[in-house]
Amino acid sequence: MNLNKIIDLLDLEKIDQDEVKTFAGRRGFFKKAGDFSIKAALATLPVALTFMPRTVKAQSTAIADVLNFALTLEYLEDEFYKMGLNASGLIPSSDRAIFAQISQHETAHVAFLKSALGGNAVSKPTFDFTAGGAFSTAFTNYQTFLALSQSFEDAGVRAYKGQAGNLITDNNTLKAALQIHSVEARHASEVRRLRAKVASMNIKGWITGKEANGAPDAIYAGEENITHAGASLNSISSLGSVSANAKTEAFDEPLSKEQILAIVDPFIV
Amino acid sequence: MENIEKQQARETSVLKRRAFIKYAGASAGVAALVITGCDEDDTPANDNGVDLGSGDTGILNYAYALEQLEAAFYTAVTGNAAFSTIFSAEEQVILTDIRDHEIAHREFLKAALMGNAIGDLEVDFSSVNFADRASVLSTAKTFEDLGVAAYNGAGNLLEDVNLLLVAGKIVSVEARHAAAIRDLLNPKSADFAGNEVVDAMGLDGAKMPVEVLTAADPFIKTKVNGNNLPTE
Repeated sequence: MNLNKIIDLLDLEKIDQDEVKTFAGRRGFFKKAGDFSIKAALATLPVALTFMPRTVKAQSTAIADVLNFALTLEYLEDEFYKMGLNASGLIPSSDRAIFAQISQHETAHVAFLKSALGGNAVSKPTFDFTAGGAFSTAFTNYQTFLALSQSFEDAGVRAYKGQAGNLITDNNTLKAALQIHSVEARHASEVRRLRAKVASMNIKGWITGKEANGAPDAIYAGEENITHAGASLNSISSLGSVSANAKTEAFDEPLSKEQILAIVDPFIV
Repeated sequence: MENIEKQQARETSVLKRRAFIKYAGASAGVAALVITGCDEDDTPANDNGVDLGSGDTGILNYAYALEQLEAAFYTAVTGNAAFSTIFSAEEQVILTDIRDHEIAHREFLKAALMGNAIGDLEVDFSSVNFADRASVLSTAKTFEDLGVAAYNGAGNLLEDVNLLLVAGKIVSVEARHAAAIRDLLNPKSADFAGNEVVDAMGLDGAKMPVEVLTAADPFIKTKVNGNNLPTE
């Protein structure tokens, strides 16, 4: 599914029933492939939109856009871990406590964001964690599952970071978003280190350069940046003893909504 | 279409602001070089302690104080004679990496503050046994969780969106540290993001400066005054 269209529709001031019909029709045109997905689209989209108020204040529309973007990512993570924990023989018993904890958090994030959005919350998309076959062993091969988990967590950290600036006028929402952001970073660190051991790979809890370690490169694009607020770490003479790798690791980088949507698009039917 | 235009206008203004910061940042580098070695005397210390200042500068100094504390701690950890015997090879890499990250944070913030940076704080790690793995790791846990909560609580207090982004770039690395340290203490448990730091809504800690400075106080000899920091 082209998620940009959903996000476009989230501009609540624009919504009218004609557009909904046009959108559904266009979607059907592009997605002839499966009857199921067409039906799912027709069934879920209008339902979500029915509950949206026609007019909201401009500022809260922008905030709702950010929260619905976050909710979409949390839906994805929540379903991913529920399916992983339910797949028999996938997660070794020694590692289940880690994923049970992550899963609990993602479920809580979905509930939190839905509650914050009220009637403006988007409904859950239909996910395909194999991304059309690219990750066909998502729930049968532990290493594939770990690679996807790392991907979603690191992408989640970048997504929230990229939206913080859009929330600067809303103190409570910004604070909550930052509180979710650091939880995703804790997850990412844990999963990365777990994957390093399971797959015997050189992966640290932090991101070195733009090293993707077999996850999609787009998730790590720009992570090698060492210039922050216009100042390069290389221009600071007292950092002579700090390695180039550590300089990239010390600062995580944001991604825009568009970049994140392009990353998750293959996982949404 | 209206939406796209609005967004473009927003992006243009952000770019303009960014260009301004870039210009300011360029001179920051130069200024930092010039003041190296003499900035310790810049901050007048009186009975009220070292004043962190007000506004965004105050928040940056607040972050700078915490990064000084963390960097000094890990420098002491990795510099201790017992370091290579009480920690495994993996743990040594983790602790050395964290030390370097904290030094990068500290020096970046100092440069960003230009002449407004507070002086070097004197630390007090007398409660830590640097020859004891559990003592070092539990102190590290305290500092990392505190750092995460400090940045999460300070985001609201920043006015400049570019500084908010920088704080965001740092806080997620602190959270990565916190998870790793917690996992070293209790491997493969839920502790990396345990229920005592992440609440039932899935939210990490967020503390106001006054709470954070109180928690950090036993580890800092220099009196630090955050009375002029923004509170909302």
